[in-house]
Amino acid sequence: MATFSTNEFKGGLKIMLDNDPCSIIENEFVKPGKGQAFNRVRIRNLKTGRVIERTFKSGDTVEGADVVDKEMQYLYSDGEFWHFMVPDTFEQYQADKNAVSDAIKWLKEQDICTMTLWNDSPLSVTPPNFVELTITETDPGLKGDTSGGGGKPATLESGAVVRVPLFVQIGEVIKVDTRTGEYVSRVKE
Amino acid sequence: MLAAIRRFFEARDVLEVETPLLCPATGTDPQLDFFSSQFNFPPSRPILFLQTSPEFAMKRLLAAGSGSIYQICKAFRNGEAGRYHNPEFTILEWYQVGYDLRQLMAEVAELLSQLLQPFHASLPTKQISHQQLFLDATGLDPLIFCVSDYQAYASANALPEAFDLCGDDHALWLDFIFSHCVQRMMDKNTIYLLHSYPAIQSSLARLHVDDPRISERFEVFINGVELGNGFYELADPQEQEARFDKEIAYRLSHDLPVVSKDEAFLQALKFGLPDCSGVAIGLDRLLMIALGSESISDVLAFPVRV
Repeated sequence: MATFSTNEFKGGLKIMLDNDPCSIIENEFVKPGKGQAFNRVRIRNLKTGRVIERTFKSGDTVEGADVVDKEMQYLYSDGEFWHFMVPDTFEQYQADKNAVSDAIKWLKEQDICTMTLWNDSPLSVTPPNFVELTITETDPGLKGDTSGGGGKPATLESGAVVRVPLFVQIGEVIKVDTRTGEYVSRVKE
Repeated sequence: MLAAIRRFFEARDVLEVETPLLCPATGTDPQLDFFSSQFNFPPSRPILFLQTSPEFAMKRLLAAGSGSIYQICKAFRNGEAGRYHNPEFTILEWYQVGYDLRQLMAEVAELLSQLLQPFHASLPTKQISHQQLFLDATGLDPLIFCVSDYQAYASANALPEAFDLCGDDHALWLDFIFSHCVQRMMDKNTIYLLHSYPAIQSSLARLHVDDPRISERFEVFINGVELGNGFYELADPQEQEARFDKEIAYRLSHDLPVVSKDEAFLQALKFGLPDCSGVAIGLDRLLMIALGSESISDVLAFPVRV
């Protein structure tokens, strides 16, 4: 794998740090007029999602990480693993609990999502920003409820629970923002 | 701002000068990377350098008897780009013959207050020694190098990478802790005049007569941003040559581009540099402070984008 010098650090670059694949968020050049130049870098650990700050001497090099994002279709879960497929090549990947983590609650079978692969094995799964899912369970709404005020929990077909307005009923399809976990609107079939 | 600077120095009878940007020799400071270019003039086709600062040329003028002088010019530093760095930037540099460091620091504070007056209510000035500020901010004494204390401080401040990065290099530890911790802890909207830098960071300053652990060097900061650097100027040609040799040796051992000593400058020192103090201020950063800009590219017409 290629190595990168601190000058090449920019947002999105994937590098290896302490044996974990990481993504660079921000790189700040720090240099006293008469002293050593440093690069203060904000880095996300792609395994844990944690963001840390780390300083490098300017000009130092680090190893790149073989990390790629691929569009995949979620197939099914066998209880232990979750199975995904690249639609155009039919290549299949199985991801463990760590990799799918919370993302899976937004996905139903056949949905398309983004899989991050490290050395060709699943590292994390990112659902689309917006998903449309059917409500499988929620308290019945009372007559006269409008969109204003309050709300109630609703369980979706993929397993996620979101707060919805009182007028939304079981069997309806709703649009949800997966980044915030918030209800956006009802979807007309 | 430029007009205000010129008025300031005109009132003080300081002469404005110009010196070449393109120079046959450059500084040996291992921390400064320079731009070089080949002069297409056979048979010698010499290498010429873009100045990293006008210091040597201005000191040659001082040695020739110019009296106090100032210059507003461009300076170039290779490999530097970021929120506070552009490879080409504007320097205000001046030398006051007969001034000691305290007098020059007072003048710097006066000039900065005047220049920032239209933008900020008058800023308080804080004169403090490098050692005191360092102690206040971190509890560490920058003049006494105790690796385990420095390491303990780095661990406690979530900077464990400093162990490998700085090793047992005292100056590097000081740079690291200063730029990561001390600079951030300075009071806002205050002109800091930080003096008596450790001798290992003396650069082109004289060492203190009574305490050789510190040097006659100061730096100016506002809001944690380094604006300038001043010296009670080293005038001893032997000492200067020894520092050059040391830096050239460092360059050789660290695979940095090799440069030769600026002989014309050493000649000038041998002829005799009058006792003087000098300082350089980064005008682009000063403009950032004045306007409250987040990035140097906001105050440059056409910054270098990488």
